[in-house]
Amino acid sequence: MLTDLYNPFEGKMFQILDQDGNVADEKLIPDISDAELVRLFKIMLFTRTIDRKALMYQRQGRMLTYAPNEGQEACQIGSAYALEQRDWMAPSFRELGAWLTRGVDLETIYMYWYGNEMGSKVPINIRILPVSIPISSQMLHAVGLGYGAKLRGLDEVAVAYFGDGGTSEGDFHEAMNLAGVYKTPTVFLCQNNQWSISVPKQFQTASETYAQKAYAYGFKGIKVDGNDILAMYAATKEAVEKARRGDGPTLIEAYTYRLGPHTTSDDPKRYRKDEEVEAWREKDPVKRFRIFLEKGGLWNEEMEREYLAEKEAEVESVFKEIERKGNTEFDDIFLYQYAEMTPLLKEQYTQWKAFFEERGML
Amino acid sequence: MALLNNIQAVNHALMQEMERDKSIVVFGEDVGYEGGVFRATVDLQERFGVERCFDTPISESGIVGMAVGMAINGLKPVVELQFCGFTYPAFNQIISHVSRMRNRSRGRFTLPMVIRFPFGGGIRALEHHSESPEVLFSHIPGLKVVAPSTPYDTKGLLLAALRDPDPVIFMEPKRIYRAFKQEVPEEDYVIEIGKANILEEGEDITVVTWGAMVRDTLKAVKKANEKGIYPEVIDLRTISPMDQETIIDSVKKTGRILVVQEAVKSFGPASEIMAFVNEKAFLHLEAPPARVAAPDIIVPLARGEHYYMPHPDMIFEKINEVVNFLT
Repeated sequence: MLTDLYNPFEGKMFQILDQDGNVADEKLIPDISDAELVRLFKIMLFTRTIDRKALMYQRQGRMLTYAPNEGQEACQIGSAYALEQRDWMAPSFRELGAWLTRGVDLETIYMYWYGNEMGSKVPINIRILPVSIPISSQMLHAVGLGYGAKLRGLDEVAVAYFGDGGTSEGDFHEAMNLAGVYKTPTVFLCQNNQWSISVPKQFQTASETYAQKAYAYGFKGIKVDGNDILAMYAATKEAVEKARRGDGPTLIEAYTYRLGPHTTSDDPKRYRKDEEVEAWREKDPVKRFRIFLEKGGLWNEEMEREYLAEKEAEVESVFKEIERKGNTEFDDIFLYQYAEMTPLLKEQYTQWKAFFEERGML
Repeated sequence: MALLNNIQAVNHALMQEMERDKSIVVFGEDVGYEGGVFRATVDLQERFGVERCFDTPISESGIVGMAVGMAINGLKPVVELQFCGFTYPAFNQIISHVSRMRNRSRGRFTLPMVIRFPFGGGIRALEHHSESPEVLFSHIPGLKVVAPSTPYDTKGLLLAALRDPDPVIFMEPKRIYRAFKQEVPEEDYVIEIGKANILEEGEDITVVTWGAMVRDTLKAVKKANEKGIYPEVIDLRTISPMDQETIIDSVKKTGRILVVQEAVKSFGPASEIMAFVNEKAFLHLEAPPARVAAPDIIVPLARGEHYYMPHPDMIFEKINEVVNFLT
């Protein structure tokens, strides 16, 4: 087991691809077809394109607050790729690559950031819970999803995504504890991107690693190079399979870096040095996976140019469509409070609707 | 028919519905092996197994948060939070997720679940065990809040809550858990959530109450009857969504209203009732709407609790005052 070979207490971190795209041990390369490797790389590029466009739209005043993912594509995509269709994902708010890997359409994703709840109406065949803003609270949902699967005799696994800062919340402790006690099929995926807005690790925890926290709850944790998509896939796959076998939860610390701001409302230059960011740029997950694919003859500059041009056009056209139809339907804000509107709600619905109707604001 | 007290009615309803609906799971602190500190879940584990009725670590946020995931993945969780004062660690889950999941996901994910807990004072308990926090939950869109006052209502409302497509906060008045017994039908019946119950018809004043205060109110009303005053007594049964129609219809008949609540006076359910009575029946009023409540203080410990609890004489006197306004 990787969790035994890379014991966090021994200061070890699991890596397959180094920052220059070299593989130290070929045996570690997971069994993924060439076509799939290329598809994964394309999702990485697509994630980055969506991200950069969203930032640009936000700066142009066309998009609202946005939480960028740049730098964290490998841990999001590699981990999500290890899931089966029937598995569940309980995300926080910085998992764009995982959403795309599982097949969520860009329109739904942009709709959310555009400020319309229709963006949280996850397509019916995709098992992702809506974005959860209260830090770490979604970890418990993953434990419950797992308990439900276990009780109903279904071999489903639930993965909870959260950040390094999330490990300081009470719900992190409660979720890890409950998953350990009930041995639920849960995988805890911590994207340690080094910063919780402006707070670095030394003010977050006195533990040497986040991965080692798992041991206090009776299961294993592993620190993985979160910028290495192959290692992220392999580690998550092992954890998912273990959970599916009924052998309980695993904590994965994806050691990565947020290259951009926490959200568009924040200026990271206030709290961290440019040199630090530049050093992490060298470890860019996209760069190293590109080199790996190029070496294997699976990718080249021209392919990238063509693909990016195609995707940029797609993102632009989807966003224009969102701008056209992204405003909330008035009825929607009343319709989903309960399965059926209560009498008082019906009364208020009628009053408010009349107000906006009279003014031609509907 | 079975002669049951309120806590037995909870147990009876759970037993019956778990038999019928295999997706129900009951869990919380001490609810499994022990059967609950008040014995609400006694024998459930023995009958339905440790997977469907189980003990949890002391982890209120965890209990409710897990229930969210379970409800999404095909189960119907019924969680017990041991006391009203222990609901607070679970507030983030209840308010940020339980109440919102249907709306947030535009109906993609829904949370049929019940959160039960005992509330109210009068059992000489420790701190944090005696509050009446109805409004903390009824102020939140997306939740339903129910508070039964009799064994018959407890069964009917709990069965309704267990079959509701939305999350229901089920508040059990613990002062009357064992205060009296009542014939409860063996058969299946539900009491509709959102409908109040007219306990006594009358012409002189509308008196609205719920939970443990129903008994105290009826005592006061009996005294008023002896003086020739005949109040119409309404047991709310559901705090949210509130049955405004029944209250307004009654006030239009009586022209007067008194609300009796065990919660502290300010910003309570009574405030809301008085507000909509003013909005919707102002011209029918013959006296200002009135309320009997606890003072705005933290519930005292056992030796001072009787100063906090609304006294039946306060209710009787207030009825007199409102009925005789300007006479």
